Amino acid sequence: MAPPMMHSDDTDPAHHDENVYDALATADDDGRWAFGTGFDAGTAEIDAPAPDGVDRDDLAAYCLMLADDALIASQRLSGWTAKAPELEEDVALANIALDLLGQARVLLSRAGHLGAAEPFRAGPQDDEDVLTYFRDDRAFRNVTLVETDLGDFGRTIAWILVLSSWRLALMHRLTGSRDPVLAAVAAKAVKELTYHRDYAAQWTLRLGDGTELSHARMQAGLDAVWPFVEELFLPHATERRLVDAGVAVDPAELRAEVDGVLDQVLPAATLTRPERPAVGLVGGRGGRDGVHTESLGTVLAVMQSLARAHPEATW
Amino acid sequence: MTVTEQELEAQFERTVASEGRVEPRDWMPEGYRKTLIRQIAQHAHSEIIGMQPEGNWILRAPSLRRKAILLAKVQDEAGHGLYLYSATETLGVDRGELTEKLIDSKQKYSSIFNYPTLTFADIGVIGWLVDGAAIVNQVPLCRSSYGPYARAMVRICKEESFHQRQGFELLMTLMAGTEAQRAMVQDAVDRWWWPSLMMFGPADGDSPNTQQSMAWRIKRHTNDELRQRYVDMTVPQAEALGVTLPDPELRWNDERQAHDFGDIDWDEFMQVVKGAGPCNAQRLQNRRAAHEGGQWVRDAAAAYAAKQAARAEVPAA
Repeated sequence: MAPPMMHSDDTDPAHHDENVYDALATADDDGRWAFGTGFDAGTAEIDAPAPDGVDRDDLAAYCLMLADDALIASQRLSGWTAKAPELEEDVALANIALDLLGQARVLLSRAGHLGAAEPFRAGPQDDEDVLTYFRDDRAFRNVTLVETDLGDFGRTIAWILVLSSWRLALMHRLTGSRDPVLAAVAAKAVKELTYHRDYAAQWTLRLGDGTELSHARMQAGLDAVWPFVEELFLPHATERRLVDAGVAVDPAELRAEVDGVLDQVLPAATLTRPERPAVGLVGGRGGRDGVHTESLGTVLAVMQSLARAHPEATW
Repeated sequence: MTVTEQELEAQFERTVASEGRVEPRDWMPEGYRKTLIRQIAQHAHSEIIGMQPEGNWILRAPSLRRKAILLAKVQDEAGHGLYLYSATETLGVDRGELTEKLIDSKQKYSSIFNYPTLTFADIGVIGWLVDGAAIVNQVPLCRSSYGPYARAMVRICKEESFHQRQGFELLMTLMAGTEAQRAMVQDAVDRWWWPSLMMFGPADGDSPNTQQSMAWRIKRHTNDELRQRYVDMTVPQAEALGVTLPDPELRWNDERQAHDFGDIDWDEFMQVVKGAGPCNAQRLQNRRAAHEGGQWVRDAAAAYAAKQAARAEVPAA
């Protein structure tokens, strides 16, 4: 419902300007955002049935893995709001966060359509919100890299470089998925992630080959992110089954492409590829199994606090 | 034959009086340039400081749709800051210089952002009341005599009106929601109404810069005219929403064909302007931390660009 409009006065030479209020009554118009929102990601065919021979629960679990990677990464990046080193960087980091949020929303809705939201439903919320706000940490399927603290701008850039190189390699292959929703999400994500990777690569060069201080900070950021890289290439049992069904991508296949990007960018930025052991798993289980770092609990506590205080409400 | 300063000034006066646009390379009186720099910088700083109270709720936004809208909105504000700082650059000052003035408290920003955002309903109320007041202030600036400012304002006003609509839509949703959500909206309206009236600045009798700014066609209406327009516009919207504006003296005056309203607490206004509002110290401290904390990054970008330029020269030599 629209509010009453301010009446424009034809005797006022400014009346054509005042008509901007009419926008209050018009329908949704995504183009009005200066930088876009990624909202149009919601047009994929969420309702499509699972492809023949594909286990519905497996497909839902896989959608959650890819959704949670994007959702938690977006949440972490949003923490940079109003804190970036320059206004252009504030805009760029928000862009990346919005793109990832858009990817997460479609994937969460797809998972919800396949039944993933039902065990967590407490109120009238949409599937994407049930899955975001009413799941506990053990039900989140993201890789642990995305939940780690972003630290300073150098570490953030290292994190975006690794994450976007990996996710781009993944999404590129996923465009051929037998699941139409995954294929559609991937096709859009490839364009977005290409920009994210380019943004991170440019800053890696500037920081790595900038000043002595920036070089040290960029290298330290890369070192801090490195122990979480190995997990990106570990296939989960669900992924293996879906690879066989022509739906998912085997993460082990992505290593060569990610290495190729890093081998190109790091030397050009005068940085050294870290030699650091991967963080250990807990009884062989990692993020894809719902076993996370200590960071995720805090990320979720903040993200979910208001929604959980009003389980009967929609917003 | 050279043109005298008097002739230039006469030319400037004619341009302004005939509703023409003054462009960056045109001659302009020093006072006009200074007034514009002060006003545009203050507006740019307001956009940037204004990211903080709204940014306070991005991580806790209670639905993904609201999170995306809020993130996009705060991002737009960074963009508005960028256009406005660019407009000041056409007047011979750069962004870094103005940012230093902001964090050293030598330039101001809109006092409204020195109030805290205590609930998520504040996000809707900021969109409705604060952006609403900003639009009333800014729409006439789309016809400001200084071309780059006027053009920046056209784009900003379009985006602001979209933000205002998003805020109103959030409030409509909350008012149709649970009792707790409705109470949250009324509480937010109670806290933001009076500060939103203060956004138009001091009463006309106490606004020293207004007359000159109007003569130069930088400003088009007095503070009190704009404040009245805002009240008249907002009252029916509050009724549609089902909230009460916290002013027992607010009523329609048939004779004036306008709403009468109660006295603004100008002591509070002056206190906040002078730095003693609820969040002044916090807002400036955060801005300073981002600016100073980012110095090494900006230094790196400059050093890298210099190295690249030097490398590019080698083959040409």
